[in-house]
Amino acid sequence: MLAVTALSVVFLRDLFTTVMLFGIYSLLSAGFFVTMDAVDVALTEASVGAGVTTMLMLGTLALTGRKEKAHRKPTSMLPLAVVTVTGLVLIYGTLDMPFLGDPDAPVHQHVAPRYIEQSYEEIGMPNIVTSVLASYRGFDTLGEVVVIFTAGLGVLTLLGLSGDSPHRARPVAMGHHLVLRVIARALIPLILLYALYIQFHGDYGPGGGFQAGVIFGAAIILYTLLFGLTKAERVITPVFLRYMMAAGVLIYGGTGVLSLLLGGEFLNYNVLAHDPLHGQHYGIIAVEFGVGVTVTAVIISIFFNFTGRGSQPQEEKQ
Amino acid sequence: MYYAVSIAILIVMIVALTRALLGPTIYDRILAINTFGTKTVLLIAVLGLLAGRFDYIDIALVYALINFISIVAVLRFFEYGTQNEGEQES
Amino acid sequence: MAELLDILSWILLLGGGFLGITGAVGLFRFPDFFTRLHAASVTDTLCAGMIVLGLMLQATDAMMVIKLLLILLILTYTSPTAAHALAKSALHGGLRPQLEPESPAGAEDRPEGESPSQP
Repeated sequence: MLAVTALSVVFLRDLFTTVMLFGIYSLLSAGFFVTMDAVDVALTEASVGAGVTTMLMLGTLALTGRKEKAHRKPTSMLPLAVVTVTGLVLIYGTLDMPFLGDPDAPVHQHVAPRYIEQSYEEIGMPNIVTSVLASYRGFDTLGEVVVIFTAGLGVLTLLGLSGDSPHRARPVAMGHHLVLRVIARALIPLILLYALYIQFHGDYGPGGGFQAGVIFGAAIILYTLLFGLTKAERVITPVFLRYMMAAGVLIYGGTGVLSLLLGGEFLNYNVLAHDPLHGQHYGIIAVEFGVGVTVTAVIISIFFNFTGRGSQPQEEKQ
Repeated sequence: MYYAVSIAILIVMIVALTRALLGPTIYDRILAINTFGTKTVLLIAVLGLLAGRFDYIDIALVYALINFISIVAVLRFFEYGTQNEGEQES
Repeated sequence: MAELLDILSWILLLGGGFLGITGAVGLFRFPDFFTRLHAASVTDTLCAGMIVLGLMLQATDAMMVIKLLLILLILTYTSPTAAHALAKSALHGGLRPQLEPESPAGAEDRPEGESPSQP
């Protein structure tokens, strides 16, 4: 099914359908991850790929129109040849590598056993993915948070800060969709509560900062869709969002600096409390919280920017 | 066994995918995506019980919410998107 | 007692699967968008409900039962709403949907406005 979806994405001209098919593609990937027993990845893929990416692409589509420009048949086969040769060379290169899941591979003999066996003693958390992500590989995650922050900065710089020009046309609420608004009003608090649950339950089950941030952002997006950008910007002002974006990265880096000040190395959580296990717990909770805050703020501000830009001919009285 | 239910759900998903590719109008495709999403929720829950792990149900829960939000987003953008078609050049 | 739960959950699961396949056949073969919408709603609400109920009877942990109950509630809450939104959008969207010319009855089945039937 994945191959069919991917091929049809390339060949269909209607961009709207392609966006939908991208959503299905993400879903199928999430299904793959589930069958491979990678639960955190599946959660992130399902929430980001099938939810937020689709919405952002739809926001772009609302601005650009639905049909892809008709192009002539490709006149040269050179790009196709280059891609095929590169692909074949890569496949040939991977033949030398050990098979997926091969117990004799060096990764499985040295790196993975150490994490799996010693993670519980050193960190005390059942979810090994979170412990690797936030503690053993904390620098990588710091890099990821900074990347997300930079992406948000990039969008804001290129598209202009929302809330600065009151003359732009703003999309109005779907006032005539009464049923949807009633249902959403009941659902949104529950979604926010669930996002909080995933944020803090990341230690014991799938979850953590990234997924929780995405779900939190999705709840606010639902509110924006149904009640209008003006009301949503009153709930979470763009200025607050900018502070939130920076605050998340600051919390993460701040935890690292705090461990520096307390005598350990940068991002070494062992020194944060009276004994290493508790230090690890506090450190991981703090950095996951920082991640969640930044992801939420970036997703919401990108969405506000995209939806604030289209011209909406239909105006309704609120 | 649970395999029968999983296979049934997979069949529904394949049919929904076909409808998404075939459907003459855009609303057929949106409907197919919605059905696909709901079936994915069910499939993940059934697979979770097959594998004996509790965590899969969290994923199913998240996906049920995301599916609903996506459909609302799609409908809203479609309403506004078609009005921009005449003015913009693609 | 355990066998009774097993048998009950099997009936529910297989019934849900059968209803799902029925809905899929309908999704494939019905001539018009609104009829397909009806078939798809069958899979979304009834089939999903039965499968989740069957899974609940098989669950081993109280937390699992609560989460499955939450999934059931969310699906029951949102699938009819999504179907309603789809039908409404198809009727009142900016672009008129392409109804089949030989079944204009599809448009008359939808209620004219939602306000009389709101709870």
